[in-house]
Amino acid sequence: MSSYRIQQRMDALSAIGRKALIPYIVAGDPTPSVTVPAMHAMVEAGADIIELGMPFSDPFADGPVNQRGAERAIAGGTTLRGVLDTVSEFRQNDQQTPVVLMGYLNPVIAMGETAFCEACGESGVDGLLIVDMPPEEEGSLVQEAKDRGLDLIYLAAPTTTDDRLATIGQATSGYLYYVSLKGITGSSKLDTSEVKERIEHIRQHVSVPICVGFGIRTAEDAAAISSTADGSIVGTVLVSQVESLTNDPAKIPEALQSILKPMREAMDASA
Amino acid sequence: MALTEQELRSLDYEPDTGGHFGDYGGRYVSETLMAALSELDQNYQKLKNDPDFQGEFDADLASFVGRPSPLYHAERWSKAIGGAQIYFKREDLNHTGAHKVNNTIGQALLAKYSGKPRVIAETGAGQHGVASATVAARLGLECVVYMGADDIERQSPNVYRMKLLGAEVVPVESGSRTLKDALNEAMRDWVTNVDDTFYIIGTVAGPAPYPQIVRDFNAVVGREVKWQSKELFGQYPDALVACVGGGSNAIGLFYPFLKDTEVAIYGVEAAGHGLSTRQHAAPLCSGRPGVLHGAKTYLMDNNDGQIAHTHSVSAGLDYPGVGPEHAYLKDIGRASYVGATDEEALHAFHEVSQVEGIIPALETAHALAYTKTLAATMRPDQTVVINMSGRGDKDIFTVAKLEGISLT
Ligand SMILES: Cc1ncc(COP(=O)(O)O)c(C=O)c1O
Repeated sequence: MSSYRIQQRMDALSAIGRKALIPYIVAGDPTPSVTVPAMHAMVEAGADIIELGMPFSDPFADGPVNQRGAERAIAGGTTLRGVLDTVSEFRQNDQQTPVVLMGYLNPVIAMGETAFCEACGESGVDGLLIVDMPPEEEGSLVQEAKDRGLDLIYLAAPTTTDDRLATIGQATSGYLYYVSLKGITGSSKLDTSEVKERIEHIRQHVSVPICVGFGIRTAEDAAAISSTADGSIVGTVLVSQVESLTNDPAKIPEALQSILKPMREAMDASA
Repeated sequence: MALTEQELRSLDYEPDTGGHFGDYGGRYVSETLMAALSELDQNYQKLKNDPDFQGEFDADLASFVGRPSPLYHAERWSKAIGGAQIYFKREDLNHTGAHKVNNTIGQALLAKYSGKPRVIAETGAGQHGVASATVAARLGLECVVYMGADDIERQSPNVYRMKLLGAEVVPVESGSRTLKDALNEAMRDWVTNVDDTFYIIGTVAGPAPYPQIVRDFNAVVGREVKWQSKELFGQYPDALVACVGGGSNAIGLFYPFLKDTEVAIYGVEAAGHGLSTRQHAAPLCSGRPGVLHGAKTYLMDNNDGQIAHTHSVSAGLDYPGVGPEHAYLKDIGRASYVGATDEEALHAFHEVSQVEGIIPALETAHALAYTKTLAATMRPDQTVVINMSGRGDKDIFTVAKLEGISLT
């Protein structure tokens, strides 16, 4: 059973005036053995929550970098069971850091919503972000997840209307993932002042914390976003880094740290 | 799940407001696409009943496409088979050589009426890409076509055609480098450029409202068959047959007949090397329900839910999913879905070329292959109408190559 680690973590951060740093990597990219050490290393570098990608063959909301990450993971033999095992293994040495699984619906349907949510509960997963399941299409997964104390995190976009913001605000728990730009993961046009305005607007409709992702690449981006949002989600730069080290995977954990540490410092300095 | 005939007659066969056909369809997309899809839906629901829009669509179908397409009695082939009378609905005579142009004309007009100067499309064999480039040229719209890098190699004449028409063809290197990956890439372009871009999807797949839009634009085929069959043989056909890739030519023929339950309906999927091998593209015959490209539908995946690589001799049927309305028609029992193998399709391709003087598209050849089996079980006073969805000019290189003949 989840102990609502996400909410506890967000509350604890807010109490000390710190913003959440949320890295995203693809589970099993490029090989299964890298992921758990990488997760621990990211926590050590200041990650507050980890988003772990469940690889899918057709990730149409992601950019080419994340898609290649998923392709490497699938080629390396990572299955949905494998992703869940990774979380169990991570939990042997870390019971505190919340873990959110992010991915697409079809692999979940293939495993079965009930079996999947049970396994999530058992492995110590805290939240689910199913990219291609907007609130309008929620099926049995939602109840199964709630029954096991799993948070369901939904996306909001710059184009989301106020009506839908209200629906999404009702549906989401843990945090709301605000997609900071039109486009796919790894796009490069981040306008931090526009994001700031939108977040202030979204807060009128949504009571949970708001974390921002898609397009955060540098420590400056992370700090600027965190000055308004409750957290910064960093994905594509990390997956690119993994990609550059596929021939030398042992170096991956440290390389991820060297990206995250400056982000952590910049975020804390501007807090 | 199969319904009674009474129930099948009383359904309205329209999706609900969320775009669901029964349990299938819907809008399984990232939040980033939701606004664009609801804008499209609103525009479409409005224009659907707008006399100016419909008038322009009908006029284009008449003067640019050459509609109505004939309903042709394949007399020699019917006699050779010795069963039902077989009629071809001649979509192969359309401008650009296939049914695809009915839909691209409609969607390009939607783009124009929605004030979008740029259109994008995905293509497998290149037929939908060519049809999109054609209408974009005619309406003066910028056109970008995404095409799997492998398909670009396999279908070079169509790539050149698109370029001649002024379109940009973008090779897609990700995934299996075929149609499904081109679709992913087109969706990505659309999310990023949604303000000025209209996505012309090529079949009845994808998120709502696309399956409904593409169906409605292709339904002109079935509507014509309704009056043509009355004129030619005094009643509706006993059976309809069409090949099913994503399912647009099939639904175009079937849809106007759905409530006429005395008309039997058969969709023919690509059974590739055989349904018992994993090398086919027949999700309705041997896949299972899941979610792909924004819709819940039957699809082909592995045990872990990863989308399978498919195989068919015809590039236009080589797709792991299928339009959600077909999934629904299968489950309620209104239509039957069967497979034809590469070999059966190739055999029908040659036979119809030689007996009727019509070289069919390889996609269509799958429908022909099943028609042969079906017609043989029927009486000579019965009729089968088959959607001759396209002509085979584009396929002569593929067929020649399979026979070890080089045409260059
Ligand atoms: C001639 C022809 N028939 C059929 C198809 C299959 O598409 P659909 O199932 O959408 O009709 C294609 C696709 O390229 C085609 O070119």
